[in-house]
Amino acid sequence: MSKKFFQHTSLWLSLGTVLVIGLWPIVTHNALNRETAFTVLSAVALASSLNILLGYTGYVSFGHVVFFGFGGYVGFYTINVLGWNIWMAMLAGGIAAALLAYLLGVAILRLRGAYFALATIGINEAVRAFINNFAPFGGPTGMTLNFKVYKAYGGAMHALQLVFYIMVGLTLIVTILSYWVRTSKFGLGLLAIREDEDAAEVMGVITPSAKNWAFVLSAIIPGMVGAIFFFKNGTIEPGLAFPLRTSIEMIVMIMLGGQGTVLGPILGAAGYQAMRDYLLVSPLFKNLQLAISGILLLLIVLFIPRGLVGWLRQRYPKVRRWLI
Amino acid sequence: MILQVQGVTKRFGGLQALTQVTFDLPEGQILGLIGPNGAGKTTLFNVIDGVYKPEEGRVIFLGEDVTGKKPYYLAKKGLARTHQIVRPLNELSVRENVMVGACFGHAGANLNTAAKIADEVLDLLGLAPKANALAGSLNVAQKKRLEMARAIASQPKLLLLDEVLAGLNPSEIASMVKTVRAVRDRGITIIMIEHVMSAIMNLSDRILVLDFGKLIAEGTPEEIANNEKVIQAYLGDPKLAERLMKGE
Repeated sequence: MSKKFFQHTSLWLSLGTVLVIGLWPIVTHNALNRETAFTVLSAVALASSLNILLGYTGYVSFGHVVFFGFGGYVGFYTINVLGWNIWMAMLAGGIAAALLAYLLGVAILRLRGAYFALATIGINEAVRAFINNFAPFGGPTGMTLNFKVYKAYGGAMHALQLVFYIMVGLTLIVTILSYWVRTSKFGLGLLAIREDEDAAEVMGVITPSAKNWAFVLSAIIPGMVGAIFFFKNGTIEPGLAFPLRTSIEMIVMIMLGGQGTVLGPILGAAGYQAMRDYLLVSPLFKNLQLAISGILLLLIVLFIPRGLVGWLRQRYPKVRRWLI
Repeated sequence: MILQVQGVTKRFGGLQALTQVTFDLPEGQILGLIGPNGAGKTTLFNVIDGVYKPEEGRVIFLGEDVTGKKPYYLAKKGLARTHQIVRPLNELSVRENVMVGACFGHAGANLNTAAKIADEVLDLLGLAPKANALAGSLNVAQKKRLEMARAIASQPKLLLLDEVLAGLNPSEIASMVKTVRAVRDRGITIIMIEHVMSAIMNLSDRILVLDFGKLIAEGTPEEIANNEKVIQAYLGDPKLAERLMKGE
């Protein structure tokens, strides 16, 4: 029986980590902690999502924030203009991001390596430019929620609380999704693609559809996170929705914790956000925060390319079976 | 006929890699494919398994014209191959490598079944002690066995072996030859490219000889060993051929 339990150790560790972060502000009854936890959880959700594509499938997307922004815009629009509630808006954001990923996947997933990475940057910029000129979404000035919207949720305070719980739920879902993909037959095909796409194809992995599904799965949750993030934020504009910087930070988080593992991106995102919070309030470093992130990425790539969890797996082969 | 290759021609720019190659392969045989380096042997494999699309000709596998179909289509239909230059999935364990074959190839197993198939096949190939090691950590001989294990785990009808004996020492060759026989005895038809003459003469029911992309001879091992053209193009010394037949 213990073998069965150990088999899922990674899932328990991952869910436990997310729960600790999620329960911390609830236990401490502190609104400031809640804001911090929200930021950390959204980073965890984004990083774990991107990991499905980057870590499992081996395709580096430098523009993954496009799904966060696009889902955010669609969700925001349904609330602001169509008068939908947050649940429906979240669903709309997720579906919109998934559809965008599907269409993009058909077009660019045939590219490999650096060409794919470059294409993803281009797409983020292209979508941003499009929204900038798209009148229904408010063009360059974006949209602002009418404050009355929050009344349906018992006022802004309650809405903030609700949004936090939704964020905890989404992060738990993405953790389970990530674990399921990693341990499923579908995921084995993705890992084979990551290791050697041509060999995978010869062994019977239907690579075009596997890659496309990985791309879609990696886009859904970011779209939902975008929808609730901008609902909470109250305004949306192109600069906020499609920051290339966030894309790169997502990659740093994954690399820090360990690409291709379930637990890695969760620890990486939490660790990175903790460091970022410290740097932003430190008088010495507050202007250097991004430079330090850059140096961090460089150091990881040079010295521990597999990240924390990857390093542990390499250093201690015994843990490899259950630490994924 | 499990496989029919009809008038296959493949060009790379100005290079004529294959010219009008035609042969039939009945079920249950081991077909040897020999010829000098650059004769087009691996290219022929790549055409058969869908990696390359031929300019002319057709490949008919299990009665279906599969010319230009994708490799994964052929894999699911019952074709498996090994690569001359091994392509292990380095960061996956040996067992996981073999499971990929079992899951996505003709066997189409689910994960649990695939794990069982993998353990059985790893046993057959003497890789069982390495099942949990990362594929990247194996030595060349073990990687060749892994290639073979992945292919067998897919439970193919036709297996293409691309120089599985190259780079192995005599005792490794002897055990690999045994394995190839064991695979054939499971009812799997095999085409093998090989430079180790004593092995291929012993194993093959029939041999094809390619030279400069053309089929220059076809026949039983004896006929091939005594064929003037083959001796000139490939074997060189006629006495060498005789000695090979005697297994010296």
